Amino acid sequence: MLSMFRNPAIVIPGAVSLFMVCVALLAPALAPFDPLAGSLETRLLPPAWEANGDMAHLLGTDRMGRDVLSRLIHGAKISLSVVALALLIAGSIGSALGIVAGYVGGLTEALLMRLVDLALSLPIILIALLFGVVFGPDFGNIVIIISLVLWSQFARMARSETLKIKNSEFIDLARTAGLHPIAIMIRHIAPNVAGPLIVLATLQVGTVIIIEASLSFLGVGVPPPTPAWGSMIAEGRSYIVSEPWLCVIPGLAILVTVLAMNMLGDALAETLNPELARRPGGH
Amino acid sequence: MMLSFISKRFGEMAVALLLMSVVVFLLGRMTGDPVALLLSDYSTPQDQARVERELGLDQPLVEQYGAFIVNVFKGELGNSIMGDQSPAAELILERFPASLQLAGVALLISFLIGVPLGVVAATHRGKTLDFAARLVALIGQSVPIFWLGIMLMYLFSVRLHLLPTSGYGTAAHFVLPAATMSLFTIAAVTRLVRASMVDILNAEYIKLARIKGLPESVVIWKHALRNSLIPVLTFMGSFFANMITGAVVIETVFAWPGIGRLAYEAILNRDFPVIQAVVLFMTALFIGANLVVDLLYAWVDPRIRYGRR
Repeated sequence: MLSMFRNPAIVIPGAVSLFMVCVALLAPALAPFDPLAGSLETRLLPPAWEANGDMAHLLGTDRMGRDVLSRLIHGAKISLSVVALALLIAGSIGSALGIVAGYVGGLTEALLMRLVDLALSLPIILIALLFGVVFGPDFGNIVIIISLVLWSQFARMARSETLKIKNSEFIDLARTAGLHPIAIMIRHIAPNVAGPLIVLATLQVGTVIIIEASLSFLGVGVPPPTPAWGSMIAEGRSYIVSEPWLCVIPGLAILVTVLAMNMLGDALAETLNPELARRPGGH
Repeated sequence: MMLSFISKRFGEMAVALLLMSVVVFLLGRMTGDPVALLLSDYSTPQDQARVERELGLDQPLVEQYGAFIVNVFKGELGNSIMGDQSPAAELILERFPASLQLAGVALLISFLIGVPLGVVAATHRGKTLDFAARLVALIGQSVPIFWLGIMLMYLFSVRLHLLPTSGYGTAAHFVLPAATMSLFTIAAVTRLVRASMVDILNAEYIKLARIKGLPESVVIWKHALRNSLIPVLTFMGSFFANMITGAVVIETVFAWPGIGRLAYEAILNRDFPVIQAVVLFMTALFIGANLVVDLLYAWVDPRIRYGRR
């Protein structure tokens, strides 16, 4: 386990991800300006390194004179909150249903897995768009929509992992000892299937950030004036010829974050190798 | 066996479509009272009741849904609330060819680039070329496509004046949107081909081909490649489906006159009949593409149709 922290394929993307999480958590303290407060005098200032840039506004200002860096920092908070909440909801509900399906079996399993197949066969972005249009752009709606989309993958993996350990000795012993099935699932199965599910969650972080950004870009995500990376790109698009940084900067923020999370997920999946790392019946 | 497999998959497809139609129908009912939109401020309750009767809104919800489904099968998906109120089905048919062309070109590019990249990565495993191919794949799966589109447009059109910024018409118009659309699929194809190629290069029949003294290029590009393309085939449907839905953002960025942009315009105008129609149409395409691939795959690999599914 400790050798993980010496593997650069884990440490570097891990450090970048950790940095983003810290930025998101400390957003109000880190942002030099109020992300919503604009000023006519500071409209469309270029980044500080350009000829007429202002050192006070390191990454420049947008069309309403709002500080881009501050909006970016607060955008991290929005993006990563959506990620955390959606993965928490989808991950726990999906995993619970998957474990129940795998352990109980029979009709429950057949019905739940049909539902999973159904959920996997529907076009994600379209459903999200439809919900966004009907219920309006709203933070809570986005979390619910993305959770609706993601739970099925967790359910599928939790079930197949549960099936692998269901008949091992320590589960048989627990059953013989008269432990209630719910207790067996919570105390003995869940901890043993958690590893691969956590790797899956890491691999999903990038997907969630991109879905959220796409929805915000299309105007059905987090409503303005709240700073979200996707809507910052949408606003900057109109100024691409004269003020390209308005579009470039938030996109780079998404790219760096998603790249780091994907690399971390890949490296973790390879290192922890869910297939080999788990000893059958072990703890 | 094949027949029962086909009928089972068709059944699953029908259920998915039915579910989607219920969702679309119920969401349509939640977007606001259509009667209030049609009547003036001076209307009486009697007017309201009359309009409700005419639209069938006084019927139970189940019957309204029945009427909705019958209309869908007749191709009557409602009229746009904008402009000359054209039927939504007509708008879709008008715009669909442009989307299909773009997705087709993008799919072709993905294979022409992704397959060789995957092979090279597998045959140079652990070397610089492998690392480069994997890096391309990783970036392709991490970049938000709408942003990539804007950046390509900025670089090649605004700065270098090499290509048109947006629109539709000549071959040059295809370059940027197709490149944007294919990047994600190039990444996915590269990863798939690399992974299956690495496995296959260790197989007995490849060793035999080498022992027979066949040139290495024939072993790799003919014997090994043929079998490593099978997993790519399974993902064909989802690639195509991703492109259809990805079209919403890409067509918006490049002002491409396809159904994706139609969806975006409808969202901007809160034109619900059109949104509803486009979503139903795209869902049918999405599910249909996946079905076709499943059937193809079962035909290619008999283990699937006799197996678990």
